[in-house]
Amino acid sequence: MVDVPLGSTGVVAAPDVEDVELYHPHSWVTKYVFSQDAKIIAIQYSFVALSVGLIALVLSWLMRLQLGFPGVFSFIDANAYYQFITMHGMMMVVYVLTALFLGGFGNYLIPLMIGARDMVFPYVNMLSFWIYLLAVLILVASFFVPGGPTGAGWTLYPPQAITTGTPGGQEWGIILMLVSLMVFIIGFTMGGLNYVVTVLQARARGMTLMRMPLTVWGIFTASFMALLAFPALFVGAVMMLFDRTLGTSFFMPAMVEMGQPLDRNGGSPLLFQHLFWFFGHPEVYIVALPAFGIVSDLISTHARRNIFGYRMMVWALLAIGALSFIVWAHHMYVSGMNPYFGFFFATTTLIIAVPTAIKVYNWILTLWRGDIHLTVPMLFALAFIVTFVNGGLTGLFLGNVVVDVPLSDTMFVVAHFHMVMGVAPILVIFGAIYHWYPKVTGRMLNDGLGKLHFWVTFLGAYAIFFPMHYLGLIGIPRRYHDIADMAFVPPSAHTLNAFITIVALIVGAAQLVFVFNLFWSLRYGRVAGGNPWRATTLEWQTPETPPPHGNWGKDLPVVYRWAYDYSVPGADQDFLPQNQPGLTRAIPEPGHG
Amino acid sequence: MAVALILVLVALGSVVFHLVSPWWWTPIASNWHYIDNTIIITFWITGAVFVAVILFMAYCVYRFRHQAGRQAHYEPENKRLEWWLTIVTGVGVAAMLAPGLFVWQQFITVPDDATDIEIFGQQWQWSFRLPGPDGQLATSDTRLISPDNPLGLNRDDPNSQDDVVVEGGELHLPVNRPVKALLRSPDVLHNFYVPEFRAKMDLVPGQISYIWFTPTRTGTFEILCAELCGVGHPQMRGKVVVQEESEYQAWLQDQVSTSFARLTPGTKSETAMSD
Repeated sequence: MVDVPLGSTGVVAAPDVEDVELYHPHSWVTKYVFSQDAKIIAIQYSFVALSVGLIALVLSWLMRLQLGFPGVFSFIDANAYYQFITMHGMMMVVYVLTALFLGGFGNYLIPLMIGARDMVFPYVNMLSFWIYLLAVLILVASFFVPGGPTGAGWTLYPPQAITTGTPGGQEWGIILMLVSLMVFIIGFTMGGLNYVVTVLQARARGMTLMRMPLTVWGIFTASFMALLAFPALFVGAVMMLFDRTLGTSFFMPAMVEMGQPLDRNGGSPLLFQHLFWFFGHPEVYIVALPAFGIVSDLISTHARRNIFGYRMMVWALLAIGALSFIVWAHHMYVSGMNPYFGFFFATTTLIIAVPTAIKVYNWILTLWRGDIHLTVPMLFALAFIVTFVNGGLTGLFLGNVVVDVPLSDTMFVVAHFHMVMGVAPILVIFGAIYHWYPKVTGRMLNDGLGKLHFWVTFLGAYAIFFPMHYLGLIGIPRRYHDIADMAFVPPSAHTLNAFITIVALIVGAAQLVFVFNLFWSLRYGRVAGGNPWRATTLEWQTPETPPPHGNWGKDLPVVYRWAYDYSVPGADQDFLPQNQPGLTRAIPEPGHG
Repeated sequence: MAVALILVLVALGSVVFHLVSPWWWTPIASNWHYIDNTIIITFWITGAVFVAVILFMAYCVYRFRHQAGRQAHYEPENKRLEWWLTIVTGVGVAAMLAPGLFVWQQFITVPDDATDIEIFGQQWQWSFRLPGPDGQLATSDTRLISPDNPLGLNRDDPNSQDDVVVEGGELHLPVNRPVKALLRSPDVLHNFYVPEFRAKMDLVPGQISYIWFTPTRTGTFEILCAELCGVGHPQMRGKVVVQEESEYQAWLQDQVSTSFARLTPGTKSETAMSD
C-alpha cells in the first residue's frame, strides 16, 4: 500500500502490517454465545454487569430501609445488614463499574473508535468474559451457602474478615468472596492486556495517539492502571485465603478470639490495608478515567464544539493515572500507620486535584461558545459535572489529613465516595448508553422516557447524597445499622435518614423506566441511521449500523484529522468525520500545529 | 432555559441547605478547634468553587443553547488561559494544604506533659488502664491475656503494681490536662472515636497506636467504635467522663483501692490464678 497524502501537514504512513483475516463464526453458538467478536462480548459484559447492578440496587434498598426505618423490618438484623453493605460495595465497585467501563464500553468502543476490525486477541477476549461470568456466579453463590455472604465490609479488613465475630468469617462467605475476586482478576487481566495492546497496535492508518478520542484515552489509561493495580489485590486475596484456610499468619498477629487465644503470631493487619488500597485507590480512577473520557466526547459532540485543550486533557489523564499510584494511604490516615506518612500522602492527594480541576475547566470551556443541544446524553454529561465537582471538592476535605480525622469513618465518607465514584460515573454510563445505543441496535432510545429517567435519577441522587454529608458532620459513623441510642444525634437526623430512604426508593424505581426503555426501544425505537448525532469519531462512520462482524467491510478506514473537528470555519457542515480527507482549517489541530 | 434554571437552583440550594441545616458538629470538648477551623476554611474555598463552576455552567447552557443559525466557536486550545487556571488552582490547593499540614504536625506531636493512659478495645467493649501514682504503664502482651488478666499485663513489670484497670466501665479524665492515649486491641481492628474530641484513631492488633488530646470541657461523652469490628460493632460503646481535677482524684483513689483489693492475696481472683 502507498502513503496517503494528508492536507498540508504530511502523509498517512502505509500500514505496518497487512489487514489479516478474522476468525469467522459458523454457528449461532459461536456467533452469539461463545463469540469472539468484541461487540458481542461487549454486550455480554454489559448485560451481566447491569444485572449485577440491579442486585446491588436491591441490596441498597434493603440497607436504606433499615437506616431510614430501623427496627421495622425484622429480617434485617446486624448480620444481614453487614452482608448487604459488603456485597453492595464490592459488586458496584468491581463487578459493575469496572466490568462495565472496561469490559463493556472498552470492548465495544476501542476497535470501532480506532478503526480496527476487532481486538487483537479475540479468543482471549472471549475467555475474559466467561471467566468474568464465573467470578460473578461464585460471588452470587455466596448468598446461598451456610452462613451467607461475607459481612466484612467491602474493604475486607483482616483479622475481622476471617474471624467468627463477622458474618461468613469462619464459614463460606469470605472464601467465596476471595476466590471470586481472584477469578475476576484473572479474567480482567486477559481483557486488559487485550485493550492495551489493541490501542497500541491496531489503530487505523493516520490514527496517531494524539488523534484518538478521549474515550479511548480514558479506557486505555484505566486498563493500563488496572493491570498494575489488580495484582496487589490478587496477592492480598491469596494471602488472606491462606490465613483463612491454611492457618498462616500473613495478616494475623498474636490474638485472642472471644476470649480464646489463637495459634497465630507475627502477621500485620496493616499490610493488608496497604495492599488493598494500593489497588483500591487506582481503582477509583480506573472507574473515573473512562468516565472522564466518555463525558469529554459526549460534551464535545452535543455542544458541537471541539473539546477544549485536548492535549492538556490527555496529559491530565496520564498525570492522574500516574499520581493515583502514590496516594493510596490517604485511606489510612487514622489506621495506626506511621503518622509521618500523613504529610506525604496529603500532599500527593491534593496535587492530584490540579489535573482533575483542569479537566473540569476544559469541559466547561467546551460548553462556552458552543451550540448546546440538550439531548439526553448531554443532560447526563451536565449532571456528571455537577456531581463530580461536588464529590471532588469533598475529597479535598478527606485528603487533607487533619481534616480527615473527624470525618473519617463517618457518613461524610459514604456521601463523598458515592457522589464521586458512584453517582458521577453512573450518570456517565447512562449518558453513554443513550449516546451509543443507536449504534449498537440501530434504534434510538425513547427521548421522553430518557428525560424522565434523567431528572429523577440526577435530582434524586443529589438529594440522597448531598444531605448525607451533614450526617457525617454530626459525627454519625458509617457501618452502623442502628443509630437510635446515640446521645449526640438530634432527632431531626432520623427524619433526614427516613427522607433519604424514601428518595432512594424513588430513584431505584426510576431505573426500571430505563430498563423498560432498553427493551422497548429495541423493537419500537425510532430508526437511528448510521450517525444520528452527527459525530466525528470513527464508530459513527461504519458502512452498516449496527456494525457487522469485521466492522468496516472491505477497506479499513484511514484517518485524516483529530476527533474534534466540530463547527470548523468554512466547512459546509458542523462536523468533519475523522476519515474525511481534505479541507484545510483556519486553525491547525493541536499536535500538528 | 429550564435546565439552566435547575442548575442554578442546585447550586444555590446547596448553599442555602448548608446555611440553614440543623445538622452540624457537636460542640467541641477538646483542644482540636484547629481542626474545626480548617474544616471551615475548606468549606468556604470549596463552596465558592462549587457555586462558581455550576453557575458558569448554567450560564453557558442558557447563553449558548442551540438556536437556528448558531455556530460554535472553533478554538482547540488557549495556552494562556489553561496555564492561568492551572496556577490559580495550584494556589487554592496550597492554601488548603498548608494549614492542614501545620495542624497535622501538632496532631502527631505529643506534648511532654501528657499523661499516658491506655485504651483497650476488644469485641465488643472498651476497657481502660491508668498508670497509678508512679505515672508509668506496665508493659503488656496479648499472649498473657487470661480470664484473670483480661488486658494481658506483664505482672513481672514492677510498674504493673499500681496500674488501675477499668474494665468495661467509664473512662474518667481530668479537664485541661493533655493525655496521650495508647491504643491496643487483642482481637480485630477497632477505632477510638469521641465526636466531641474530634480525634479518632484505629486500634490495631499486634501494635500500639496513639492519639493525644486535651479535654477542655467537663461532661460525659460517648465513645464509639468507628472501625467495623464484627456484628457487635454498633453496640461497642463506652463513656468518657471529663471532671475537675479534685473530682477526678477522688474517683482515681476509689479505683486504686478497688484495684488493690483485687490483687490482695486470698481474694477470688488469686484463687483463680492458681488454678
